[in-house]
Formats: sequence, structure tokens, C-alpha cells
Amino acid sequence: MKRLLIDFWVGIFVLIGILCLGFLSFRVATVSNIGSASNQYYSLSASFNNIGSLKVSAPVKVSGFIVGRVSDIHLDPKTYQAVVTMEINNSYKFSVDASAQVLTMGILGEQYVGIQSGADTNYLENGESIRFTSSALVLEDLIGKFMTNLNSK
Amino acid sequence: MNNLFGLISKIGAPFTGFILSLGELARLLFNILFSLTYPLKNFFLLIKELYFSGVRSIVIIAFSGWFVGMVLGLQGYNTLERFGSLSMLGSMVAISLLRELGPVLTAILFASRAGSGMTAEIGLMKATEQLDAMSVMAVDPIKRVVSPKFLGGIISVPLLTGLFNVAGIFGGYFVGVILLRLDSGTFWSQMRSSVSLHDDVINGIIKSFIFGVAVTLIAVYQGFVAKPTAEGVSLATTRTVVSSALIVLALDFILTALMF
Repeated sequence: MKRLLIDFWVGIFVLIGILCLGFLSFRVATVSNIGSASNQYYSLSASFNNIGSLKVSAPVKVSGFIVGRVSDIHLDPKTYQAVVTMEINNSYKFSVDASAQVLTMGILGEQYVGIQSGADTNYLENGESIRFTSSALVLEDLIGKFMTNLNSK
Repeated sequence: MNNLFGLISKIGAPFTGFILSLGELARLLFNILFSLTYPLKNFFLLIKELYFSGVRSIVIIAFSGWFVGMVLGLQGYNTLERFGSLSMLGSMVAISLLRELGPVLTAILFASRAGSGMTAEIGLMKATEQLDAMSVMAVDPIKRVVSPKFLGGIISVPLLTGLFNVAGIFGGYFVGVILLRLDSGTFWSQMRSSVSLHDDVINGIIKSFIFGVAVTLIAVYQGFVAKPTAEGVSLATTRTVVSSALIVLALDFILTALMF
């Protein structure tokens, strides 16, 4: 085999390999958590009484459309509320009276944050928080309420 | 009494043999690591190894990846259909390939496709006294023969793993979207939203790199310790494939436990 031909095939092999790794990194995986892409996002936070089993990187949806994801969840040590920080795509703005809910996809699906925009013409800026929130539906609480209703009758 | 002594030493022999071979393996690894600059200076040696271990494996890797992906797509379809979550098919295929199946199967295929060849080549060179001839000519066989193979192997395996994963994902896409008529948009968007670069892609590549080191090291080691006869070389080739597969599976458990 001629040296040039071997070089050629090895070049093709390395190119295919690198293309495949590039495909996996950029088309299959989400690269949004890399620092350079962060200027496309701004962050909003919201405090919930109960977030159920919401996890970091869960989607944030408006009318079912994904506009961002949850970037951090921590507990406020004073109010004992869970503070959820979300990264929202820059092209979507929400009014000051927007409300956030923790919702569940289907009956056993994963949980996500749903935002409903309000009517105010002032928009939430980077780092501000959504004031109106409602907690996750916890099945045990519902059953508990149902049982007490049943007993009181 | 003498019988008992013999019996107990028979039990002990495999263990001392095992520890001895571990020591030889470590010494070989150090020798290789210290002579890794040689194939970088004599670049064509490395290119040739990349050709034999990498280029020649492209077809088998892409083919197996494609079919593994198709099987995953089909099985995933049947299972996920019961729970009404067919939208997760893309992410299921991608995550199982990226995390486990891609690195493990590529390493095992590489061991049988290229590793066995390495063992046979080194073993035959030993049997025909070519390695001794090299030493006589003051050419270090580890530098000249082993280190290019080692470097070629550890470069090839991660690249081949990437190829396997991509072929597998398209295999899953073929079954899920083209044959079973799922929505193409959901397939990709669900995959993208649940696969993370660091957790899945990079950890998978690290895994495949470690498997590449293990498989090529075993291959060259078996070639080196093979008995210089036709039977010895054939035995060493078999041993390369068997112990590579076992080591890769065992390492996979340890790496998964550490990573995820």
C-alpha cells in the first residue's frame, strides 16, 4: 500500500471520528450549560411552598412550549420556601404580574415549571422574581383533604 | 502430608501467577508510556497502526452500531408504548448508547477485530525471533513495535466509539421515525433535552478512552508473553479476546459506579 493512500484513509477515519464526536456534543447533547452560551439567557426566580420532585434542568414552559430550564433550586433559610432559579431564553419576556406553577406532564411524568404571562406592560428583568406562584400538586395532600372531607360529612 | 502440601500449593499457584502477571503488565505499561515519544517522532509508524486498527474497523463498528440502535429502538418502542411515553424513545436510545452500550461494545469489538491482530503479530514476531533480531540491532522492540500499536489503539477506540454512537442513534431513528412513524421533531428534541454534554457524552468518551488503554495493553501483553510456538500464539490470541471482554465489563461497572 502506498504511503499516501494510507495517509488518506487515516485522515478520513480521524475526520469521521471527530465529526461523530462533534455531532454527539452539539446535536445530541444540550450545550446551553456552557458558559459562552449564557448571554442568550436571563434568569428569573420564583419561590414555591412546595416544588414536589422538581429537578435542576427541568423544562420551563409557556403554553406547553419550552422557553428555558431550571438552573438552580435552593431553600430560603428565612421563609422556608424553595427558591427556583430559571434560565429563560432572551427572546421571551414576561410581565411583572406573570405567575408560575409547578406542573406534571401526564400523571406519572416529570415535573416542570409553567409560566402564565400577565397583563402588565412592565416586564421582568434579569434576576427578578415571579411573585405569584402556586405549588406542586402533591397526591398525598389531595388524598388527605379528601379523607377529612369524607369524615366531616 | 506431601499430598496436602502439593494440593495447597496448587491453590496458591494461580494467585502468585496472577500477581506476577499484574507486575509484568504494570512494568510493560511504564515502558510503553516512557517510549510514547517514539511513534510521535516516527509518525508513519503511528499512521500505519491507525490504519490497521482504526480504518479497518470502521465498517464493522458502524454496522454493529446501526443494528444495536435498531434493536434499542424496537425494544424501546414495545416497552415505552405500554406506558404511553413514546416521546422518550430518542432519549432512551441516545442515553443507553452514550453511557454504556457504545463504549462497551466498541471496546469488545475492537478487542476481537484489532486486539487479536496485535497479539498475533507480536506473538509471531516473537516466534520467528524478529523481536530478538531487533534487540540485537539495538532497536528497542517496545519502542518500535509496541508503542505505536498502543498509541494507535487509544486514539482509535474513542473515535470508533463516537462512530458507533452516531450509527446507533441513526439506527434508532430509522426504526422509530421511519419504520414506526413517530414524530421526528419529538425524537430529536426529547433527546436533546435529556442528554447532557458532561454527564453523558464526555463521561462516555472518558470510559472509551480507559477501555482503549485496557484492551490495547492486554493485547500487546498477551503477544509478549505468548509461547513462541504456533499453538502458543493461537492461545494468546484467544486469551486477548476473552480477558479484554471480561476486563472491559468489570471496568465498566466500576466506572459507572464512580461516574453516575
